[in-house]
Amino acid sequence: MTDITTEKARIGAPSAQPFINGFTEEGESLSPLNAAESKSPLAGEAVKRHSHGGGVGVPDSSRAGRLTSYKLADFKPLTGMEEDWRFTPLKRLRGLHADVLNGAAPSVAVTGPDSVRVETVGRDDARIGSAAIPEDRVSANAWENFTEATVITVPAEVQAEGEVSVVLTGQGTGASAQHVVIVAEKFSKAVVVLDHQGTAVVSENIEILVEDGAQLTVISLQEWNDDAVHASSQQAKLGRDAKFKHIVVSLGGDLVRVTPSTRFTAPGAEAEMFGLYFADAGQHLEQRLFVDHAVANCKSNVLYKGALQGRNAHTVWVGDVLIRKEAEGTDTYEANRNLVLTDGARADSVPNLEIETGLIAGAGHASATGRFDDEHLFYLMARGIPEKVARRLVVRGFLNEIIQQIKVPAIEERLTAAVERELAATEN
Amino acid sequence: MSTLEIKDLHVSIDTEQGTKEILKGVSLTIKTGQTHAIMGPNGSGKSTLASTIAGHPRYNVTSGTITLDGEDVLAMSVDERARAGLFLAMQYPVEVPGVSMTNFLRTAKTAIDGEAPKLRTWTKDVKAAMAQLRIDADFTQRNVNEGFSGGEKKRVEILQLELFKPKFAILDETDSGLDVDALKVVSEGVNRAHAEGNMGTLLITHYTRILRYIKPEFVHVFVDGKVVEEGGPELADRLEEEGYDRYLPGAGAATIAAADAAAQA
Ligand SMILES: Nc1ncnc2c1ncn2[C@@H]1O[C@H](COP(=O)(O)OP(=O)(O)OP(=O)(O)O)[C@@H](O)[C@H]1O
Ligand SMILES: [Mg+2]
Repeated sequence: MTDITTEKARIGAPSAQPFINGFTEEGESLSPLNAAESKSPLAGEAVKRHSHGGGVGVPDSSRAGRLTSYKLADFKPLTGMEEDWRFTPLKRLRGLHADVLNGAAPSVAVTGPDSVRVETVGRDDARIGSAAIPEDRVSANAWENFTEATVITVPAEVQAEGEVSVVLTGQGTGASAQHVVIVAEKFSKAVVVLDHQGTAVVSENIEILVEDGAQLTVISLQEWNDDAVHASSQQAKLGRDAKFKHIVVSLGGDLVRVTPSTRFTAPGAEAEMFGLYFADAGQHLEQRLFVDHAVANCKSNVLYKGALQGRNAHTVWVGDVLIRKEAEGTDTYEANRNLVLTDGARADSVPNLEIETGLIAGAGHASATGRFDDEHLFYLMARGIPEKVARRLVVRGFLNEIIQQIKVPAIEERLTAAVERELAATEN
Repeated sequence: MSTLEIKDLHVSIDTEQGTKEILKGVSLTIKTGQTHAIMGPNGSGKSTLASTIAGHPRYNVTSGTITLDGEDVLAMSVDERARAGLFLAMQYPVEVPGVSMTNFLRTAKTAIDGEAPKLRTWTKDVKAAMAQLRIDADFTQRNVNEGFSGGEKKRVEILQLELFKPKFAILDETDSGLDVDALKVVSEGVNRAHAEGNMGTLLITHYTRILRYIKPEFVHVFVDGKVVEEGGPELADRLEEEGYDRYLPGAGAATIAAADAAAQA
């Protein structure tokens, strides 16, 4: 790809500055007020009923200072001017940010190994709120409105054979709220697939608890119908030596906005966060992730790749990585790469790395948006490869790096086929 | 036996300053089994000729013809030209992200032959050709040209030449950027392909050193978008000694005539 801008930075040397020049494109810096704030917005029951951060007079500039609350009323109505909503066309949210979410929520069908427990519980279940707290109005709106939750538990030390499949099927266009809790208990191991299908207008909260020594993979597939609107907050809380892999795949839907986060609460944990998105004409696919290095000696690695084609295809990737003062020995890298296949498509890519301690093993980011370029096409065609095949070869190769991470053969095949369909769609 | 025929070719490009004519009437005929060298100073239009034959969209043919066994090459798309048997080893091979060499080679071979190669023999052929060109086996796992050194890119171009078996190979400064060992390895690759007897070669070069390994029957001197002199291998020897100076603007016809006389003496 030519016309690529790539920034790479890895630092190991201590730095006196809380914020290193050139590490964010947005120029966000840490508010001194927030720097002294709590370690984690999730301090347990105590914070459950009131809000944190972003209070009066506190500029919401650092990710550490973002308002978090279980109460919708704590979040001001959206105007579209907010930093975390500035790319989202609010009109197309179809009420997820403003209406009471009382439409029928997508149905939930869970299949998988017998060793994994599946329950449907009411709002008062103790596990609700154990891993997540809303960070924006749409998520809080779902929290306020969901009627029942699905809780999936991988019991301690269980190694679940085969994946746990959670099929969420949309029930129409009434604005709705969904809640799912996934708990990987100590030293368990499992793969959970959230499979979003059909037509829905839904705000969803997914809580993910990865306890000490557990290894959990969560794959969230968005293969909605064209008219679906989906906001999904997927928050993971990691215990000591936990290993968490999160993969977001957004292909279908009119507007899909996924906000995954990983919070480290004890040392020795590792998180990998991958994403793949393919936006067609008119689609808005947004992903905003957050990695909160709140404790020492944890690792994170983030890679999101997107392809875009057609008029007004729009993708947004924002990657916030926060290395707090306590998080010495952190090793983190985040990258986003976009491949723009046609004119009229737009990819926004914003990596934000905030570093409050210099005593880290490494921290870096890269962001690149390239066009599928005439020189690539010429080279491949000069070897006899027809134009259509050449395009497929490039896009398939580009996205395959993420698909390979899934390691569930049936899903890998399904996604490869889905990408082929996306490519075939523009050729007509 | 095939013939590639270029007749009175005029080519221009669009630049910010307007249209610029680069090839100003080039005629050249190459037949199977022949090796032609095109030699000329920087900027004389050698790559333009090569890219125009391959069909790069940047170059506009304003007049003249290119035919392959009578078929109009200019009417063919880039991929059709390759499938018709034309191969361009590029001066600056392009890096293609996301596409592995294995995948690329197999896809191209399938396109050129019209059917997928037999997997077992194909893998063996690729391995053997790579070994002969001293390309590391792990290159098949890497993306096309991505992160390859200049010399590695050139070897991989010749690897493709050997695997795709074209009717005509156009080698655009395949020698540049190669050390002596690599030059030998690459030249041997070209000679192997040539020895199979079904290929004509158009060897574009600035320097004569590759001509120690690849022997052309015909040498064409290219200056300012035109062939200014043609001859046999002896012409290359003379260029080796005298360089291109005498063809350049300022060096009038008299100088050339004098040099000719000197060479004859
Ligand atoms: N895209 C372009 N824009 C402007 N001028 C160009 C462009 N491409 C080629 N040219 C010009 O056309 C002329 C011929 O270029 P070409 O690359 O064919 O020469 P060459 O003989 O291959 O040179 P070299 O020995 O350096 O490879 C040069 O003057 C070059 O500057
Ligand atoms: Mg050249």
